Amino acid sequence: MRYIGNTRDNQREMLGVIGAGSLEDLLVRIPAKVRLARPLALPPAMAETDLVRHLRALAATNTDADHAVCFLGGGVYDHYTPVTIDHLISRGEFFTAYTPYQPEASQGTLRTIYEYQTMIAELTGMDVANASIYDGGSSLAEAALMAASVTGRAEIVLAAGVSPLHRRVVATYCEGPAVRLRDAAARDGVLDLDAARAAVGAKTAALVVQSPNFYGCLEDLAAAAEIAHAAGALLVVAADPVNLGVLQAPGRLGADIVVGEGQGLGVPLSYGGPNLGVFAAKQEFVRRMPGRLAGATVDLDGQRGFVLTLQTREQHIRREKATSNICTNVALCALMATIYLSLLGKQGLVRVGELASAKAHYAAERLGAVPGVSLAFGAPFFKEFTLRLPKAPERIVARLAKQKILAGVPLKAFDRRLADGLLVAVTEKRTKDEIDAYAEALARAVA
Amino acid sequence: MAMPRYDKLVFEIGAPGRVGYSLPASDVPVEDPRAGIPDSYLRREAPALPEVSEFDVVRHYSRLSQLNYGVDTHFYPLGSCTMKYNPKLNETMARLPGFARLHPLTPPASAQGALGLMHDLAQMLGEIAGMDAVSLQPAAGAQGELAGVLMIRAFHRANGEKRTKVLVPDSAHGTNPASTALAGYQVVQLKSLANGDVDLADLEAHLAPDVAAFMITQPNTLGLFEQRILEITDLCHARGVQVYMDGANLNAILGITRPGDLGFDVCHFNLHKTFTTPHGGGGPGAGPVGVKSHLEPFLPAPVVVRRGEAYALDWKRPKSIGKLQAFWGNFGMLVRAYTYIRTMGPDGLREVSENAVLNANYIMARLAKDYDVAAPGPCMHECVLSARKQKKLGVTAMDIAKRLLDLGFYAPSTYFPLIVEEALMIEPTETESKETLDAFCDAMIQIAREAEQSPAVIHEAPVTTSVRRLDQTRAAREPDLRWAPRR
Ligand SMILES: Cc1ncc(COP(=O)(O)O)c(C=O)c1O
Repeated sequence: MRYIGNTRDNQREMLGVIGAGSLEDLLVRIPAKVRLARPLALPPAMAETDLVRHLRALAATNTDADHAVCFLGGGVYDHYTPVTIDHLISRGEFFTAYTPYQPEASQGTLRTIYEYQTMIAELTGMDVANASIYDGGSSLAEAALMAASVTGRAEIVLAAGVSPLHRRVVATYCEGPAVRLRDAAARDGVLDLDAARAAVGAKTAALVVQSPNFYGCLEDLAAAAEIAHAAGALLVVAADPVNLGVLQAPGRLGADIVVGEGQGLGVPLSYGGPNLGVFAAKQEFVRRMPGRLAGATVDLDGQRGFVLTLQTREQHIRREKATSNICTNVALCALMATIYLSLLGKQGLVRVGELASAKAHYAAERLGAVPGVSLAFGAPFFKEFTLRLPKAPERIVARLAKQKILAGVPLKAFDRRLADGLLVAVTEKRTKDEIDAYAEALARAVA
Repeated sequence: MAMPRYDKLVFEIGAPGRVGYSLPASDVPVEDPRAGIPDSYLRREAPALPEVSEFDVVRHYSRLSQLNYGVDTHFYPLGSCTMKYNPKLNETMARLPGFARLHPLTPPASAQGALGLMHDLAQMLGEIAGMDAVSLQPAAGAQGELAGVLMIRAFHRANGEKRTKVLVPDSAHGTNPASTALAGYQVVQLKSLANGDVDLADLEAHLAPDVAAFMITQPNTLGLFEQRILEITDLCHARGVQVYMDGANLNAILGITRPGDLGFDVCHFNLHKTFTTPHGGGGPGAGPVGVKSHLEPFLPAPVVVRRGEAYALDWKRPKSIGKLQAFWGNFGMLVRAYTYIRTMGPDGLREVSENAVLNANYIMARLAKDYDVAAPGPCMHECVLSARKQKKLGVTAMDIAKRLLDLGFYAPSTYFPLIVEEALMIEPTETESKETLDAFCDAMIQIAREAEQSPAVIHEAPVTTSVRRLDQTRAAREPDLRWAPRR
């Protein structure tokens, strides 16, 4: 059988050494009453060629970003992914290792985590970053819980622009610890600062603001920081790290914890997972952080080396008192991000941001000029914006999908007041021709 | 032979102005990409990222990779983690553009292949575990646990019951108590019997009306099948207590017995263990959670459903515990697991478990003279040894682990489970051949001899790795968590 090492002869020999008559003898502790008396009702084994054919056929029914022009966003994006990344992460020494429990035999992984932590801290303007959380949603949830534990307060105020998908994750994680969620309303697409001031108070552990927010608008983080800090609360900022070559590091604007979805840093779209939960914070909170941390130290000979450190925060030591239950994280996606940020480097990440912003602003102008179509908000945006359409966005999206244009995300399911809303993302990969073709197709569709 | 010493970080290579990317010039008539964005929202200087060429990057990360042991290069008997071979076919399938390049918010009508795969995988996992419904959303085992315990909580609440405690044995993995606490429960630790089995009398004494659930690992963390499992689950159910199975050890029982048939109400799967998705240096994994029908209304939303010929995401789940991650699950891992299950088929999966069990028992038999066995066998897919004999000679489980690295093997899990003194938890998996197991056993026996005759060689170890033993205390006392240029 494929993927099994033992031959029948091997098995016989091994049973002899064990002193067992048969494989069955090894299973004596499993009571007959609970044995499965039939084969599993699964489809029969498939040969490689048949299975490849089957999966190719399945994959081909999906409209993916290689076979259609992708203007979808909402947290994950069709950003440029240098091919080099996949070659390097596929090296078995990275790919098939696990959590670096034996640091001497895991220096490759530990060094890349340390590099990753350094890059994320630099981009977010924070002192320390961890080795990753599952995705942007669970990262935000962990930040909310950490803020509650740091401040001893049990209420989180979320700006209305926080991704509704992420908000649902936060709600799930806050259920057990009984941390309450409150919402601060938006005005013209961004956090209404008066509403925020009214919502944030002595019970507030953190004010959570996402920028650019779910609708694409840029938030005034410095103003949000002032409001949070005046009440003794923390400011948690959700940011997309790809944008931070051009946009200011949230740490410079007063954030205490910065989280975000890091998929754009070279992680495949892969129908939404695995993604990369970015998590960074100020130094003073390091012992309350969730997840793994790699640190530098020395070996017996005084040589530099790296280990997992501050592990007394973690579940394998602290058990029910751990700062989080996370164990397996998304180390390989963090490695993708590390390689991505190395390749793009100091100049490239800025260039990505400039290109995405330029193309998004061009697209907004073109699409917003289509008769009946308008930009939903006046607030500044970066690579994503919301349109209002004169016809049901779901219909428009379905129609354009047939023309191989993934036109955007209809917002009705997320916000009933935006039943006519369509969220459009434009990355550095989109060309003028693609944007023009989209504008023309949209004009025909809404006419 | 020593690994080549390579002591660079990416920040320490390259040169100002060097680039490793290829981006086009702008083709849109926008003069200033920052126009319209307030100045205070903008970064003033470029981030301090590396300035390296593509080849610098390739050389650097290739060299770093060589400082690692992985399953592809080394036997990796890390107990409880099921470090089996990760088939290359899975990788090619997960990279098909129709999967890897599919955006999660693609209209469902344009993502039927992906939804269909998820639907079918959930069905197959349900059959494997004897569970009525499966959610693929949890990102790893620990998140599956959180989901499972939250569903139990929602179930009790829906029945108007206020239960505040969850029982967890002292042999449990750390995520069990951590997830339980995160779900808002008080954790009550139960003492296990010496072989890791549940102490039934003690369990019964603890089954008070305020207990919501009992959470155990089957086979247990000593690698033994809990024989009185039906009595345990019956006893719990009689007291209105839900029973959770940590499915980390599912590789032992595929096609032999099923969690659902053992009376469990919930169990999670670790696709990165049992179903060959790669461990990636620490993740990503995938931790689907399966439930009996009474818990189905509480599953994380959305649920992938089939409506006639079409697949859809069903968001109308009023009793759902909510979402665990932004999208639908770690889909890339789901494609790999699906590929694996279709490769193996029902008979193949059973052979997986039979051979995993055979391999573990073979190691136990070969090492039983030289090491204390934590509990008499036969064991299931892993065996736990104790180095208490060696400790008397001044050689700890950790020392043995380090010496193994020199002898060309990754180490077993050490000091887990906590109830075994100087534990060495060895999980060979079915993908290793007898030759590899023999080489490993020879090395272990050699170390036992060395402990008696020349312990210095063990205490010195490792000497063939890129670094020697590292100063953990210093790392924790003076945390150095990011690189800074030397002043
Ligand atoms: C017995 C057991 N339970 C739970 C877990 C947690 O799973 P994960 O790391 O996927 O969150 C592990 C894995 O490390 C384990 O070995």
